[in-house]
Amino acid sequence: MTTIPSNLRRVLRREPRVRPSTEPVAAPPERVEAPPVEIAPNDPLVAYFSGATGAVDIGALQLDSPALEGLREAGIKLVVPLVSQGELIGLLNLGPRRSEQEYSADDRKLLNDLAGHAAPAVRVAQLVREQEAEVRQRERIEQELRVAQLIQQQFLPEELPNLPGWQFAAFYGPAREVGGDFYDFIKLPEGQVGIVVGDVTDKGVPAALVMATTHSILRAEAPRLVAPSEVLTRVNNLLVDEMPAHMFVTCLYAVLDPETGRLRYANAGHNVPYVSTEGGVTELRATGMPLGLLPEMEYEEKEATLAPGDTVLLHSDGLAEAHNTDREMFGFPRVANLTGEASDGEVLIDRLLKELQEFVGPDLEQEDDITLVTLGRRAAGGGGAAAPEALPAGGEERQLAAFEVASEPGNERQAIDQVAEAVAGLGLDGPRLERLKTAVGEATMNAIEHGNGNRPELPVTVSVVTDGTDVKVRITDQGGERPLPDVETPDLEAKLAGLQTPRGWGLFLIQNMVDALNTAVDEHHHTIELVMHLKEAPDARS
Amino acid sequence: MPGAEFGAAVRSHDSTGVIDLHGEINLGADQALMAAYEQAVQDDPATVVLNFAGVDYINSTGIALIVGLLARARKEHRTVRAFGLSEHYRQIFAITRLSDFMGIYADEDSAVTATVST
Repeated sequence: MTTIPSNLRRVLRREPRVRPSTEPVAAPPERVEAPPVEIAPNDPLVAYFSGATGAVDIGALQLDSPALEGLREAGIKLVVPLVSQGELIGLLNLGPRRSEQEYSADDRKLLNDLAGHAAPAVRVAQLVREQEAEVRQRERIEQELRVAQLIQQQFLPEELPNLPGWQFAAFYGPAREVGGDFYDFIKLPEGQVGIVVGDVTDKGVPAALVMATTHSILRAEAPRLVAPSEVLTRVNNLLVDEMPAHMFVTCLYAVLDPETGRLRYANAGHNVPYVSTEGGVTELRATGMPLGLLPEMEYEEKEATLAPGDTVLLHSDGLAEAHNTDREMFGFPRVANLTGEASDGEVLIDRLLKELQEFVGPDLEQEDDITLVTLGRRAAGGGGAAAPEALPAGGEERQLAAFEVASEPGNERQAIDQVAEAVAGLGLDGPRLERLKTAVGEATMNAIEHGNGNRPELPVTVSVVTDGTDVKVRITDQGGERPLPDVETPDLEAKLAGLQTPRGWGLFLIQNMVDALNTAVDEHHHTIELVMHLKEAPDARS
Repeated sequence: MPGAEFGAAVRSHDSTGVIDLHGEINLGADQALMAAYEQAVQDDPATVVLNFAGVDYINSTGIALIVGLLARARKEHRTVRAFGLSEHYRQIFAITRLSDFMGIYADEDSAVTATVST
């Protein structure tokens, strides 16, 4: 431990000091504070101190240096440079000794020793402080990202419209540095529904705030004005005065009449929606400037009629303008082609995200928010509820139960319970019974939602039979000719990375729960048959 | 027949956020589940443990909710572990590969004290 004589302790404590930076330093209470001396990085004094081997007598120094003058004016007599690893990191500045004697050789030696010990410690303290500042800066950025995400998510709809005969699906995948994407569904008079997809230029909190404003104005104006062109004109005029410089909003606004399939739309510079129709893929084009740029803009309004089986895709830049490692774009033609290939909106969204992931590769961070909204008109349903006769024939069947459940979410539990009761005497072991129950629940949910469109007046019929070897549960909806999609293994990695919707497990679960899965369709009905062997085959899964 | 309504209660066990789940995990559980997660991570725990002992039904939408929760936790660099799953749902977690990303344990103490998620 270094000992400091009492006279020098007094000097160190009482004499004024100057420092090479402007950072404040707590002064000992009885000391008279010297004015701070600024030392510019290019001042020759810095180079001199960096190369000095010990305490420097300021009075004897001959240098053309503004800082040297400053030190003299501050009453500094002796400066001991603090040098760590060749870098000047501070100065120990001393005024005159109280005794008015010169600093002795012993004093200087002691001060040099002190500086040698102090410099590394000061350097460590400086590094810690710099690191703390970096951490604080990172935390501030992360906090801003969280705030932007929070704002964004507050304004996304909590649920999709539930309209008989229509299927809606949506996906919102924020980029890490959240962009300004948004979508919304707005209830309008006479059962119509407004559909909004928009994108604010810029990212982070500013974009999220503009998104929130646009969202609120749209919510207020859409039910009053209804007509898409009028709504966008009004929103534009209200936004122009509020819009920060260099920002604007692209927005597609459409109004659907679910009774007729009529879709009116106007477009403020947003991506053109695609429609998958029987005759191929068409575009919903309408011209208009982005919102918030210029006042009194007019927006072209057009309309289309969606036929049963048609699916519309509304999409933001984040999809078509995504790049791969070769800087190639995913591209609008690819989006259009995929739209034409999908059987329904949910399938389309999953397919788009899967193709995008394959195109971009696993290592690239998502560049921009991705928003996808689909609305599809279901193919026409039929009347009665008799099951079609196209399932594989087995031995003589004995019916154990036949019943109906109304097409309302949650009613799959009724089906599960009634099937469980019906098969109670067949000797299915516990695990196989649980698997059958899960499959029945999922198949009934599909029938309620996808087959019957959640229309309570359309029943799902369930029949349970056994031929002595198997138990078969047939679940029929009125969705008509609807091929069973290929059962794909969900890509959990992609779902966890936010590149695919977390949903899409139903069919996969069903297939993995039962021993066989058959389907049959006719013009009006769609039946799924779940087959479970009464006794597990010796080589079957455990 | 409506099933048991979903509920979630949050508590802390050795600096780990434990969420006790009850009832059915289906579409209706969405908000309550995410609210419970928010509460569980308030003190920024490294690990969140889900207690499925009180859960009697999980459908595919419920699986999707758990995937969503896990995705969120992974984004926040948190580990998620689970215990209290019946044999049937253990099998479902294996088939869906959820158990590849979420350690499944026999009981709460093992889940909380595990040093490496399996």
